[in-house]
Amino acid sequence: MNIDVSAIFQIAGIGIIIAMIHSVLKQMGKEDMAHWVTVIGFVVVLFMVVRLLNELFQEIKTIFLFQ
Amino acid sequence: MEMIQIVGLGLMTTVLILVIREQKPMFAFLLAAFAGLFIFLYVAGKIEAVINVLEDLANRSGIPSIYLKTILKIIGIAYIAEFGAQIVRDAGLESIASKIEFAGKVFILVMAIPIISVIVETVLGLLPAGSG
Repeated sequence: MNIDVSAIFQIAGIGIIIAMIHSVLKQMGKEDMAHWVTVIGFVVVLFMVVRLLNELFQEIKTIFLFQ
Repeated sequence: MEMIQIVGLGLMTTVLILVIREQKPMFAFLLAAFAGLFIFLYVAGKIEAVINVLEDLANRSGIPSIYLKTILKIIGIAYIAEFGAQIVRDAGLESIASKIEFAGKVFILVMAIPIISVIVETVLGLLPAGSG
């Protein structure tokens, strides 16, 4: 398995750090920057999840559907 | 012990999700999806051995392979549908989750129709012709 358990810690860490940056930027009065940071972090995590989802679907296809 | 690893992973992920959910619910959702995918992928690798044994048994007992293929496809569809529906349900969208389950049921029914027709033909062949 080429994806490690540490990816879960990575996602959790990204979430916490993004939340921190978001609140700091909000305190500084840069609302739009804060939202951009959130969107970028979300896209990064979404990319990881979608890659794993693709892997799972390929695995199920090869095991169950004989393709 | 792999089971302990899986349970530990689940507990740890739950704690992390509870921490993140306060600030960013979207990240909590993605984290839950990732953990579910990870465990599912882990188990899907294990189930391959069972499938191989089933295939071997079916070959040895002379069952036409189309039946086993259909059954395995049905099991695969059931797993995928259940997984997707549970992730969507976690996000609180009950209606979309039930639509996914509905689609899974319909596809399973479509897959099962050849087997059902074979059963009906067999039963009709057992009945004495022209009776009644």
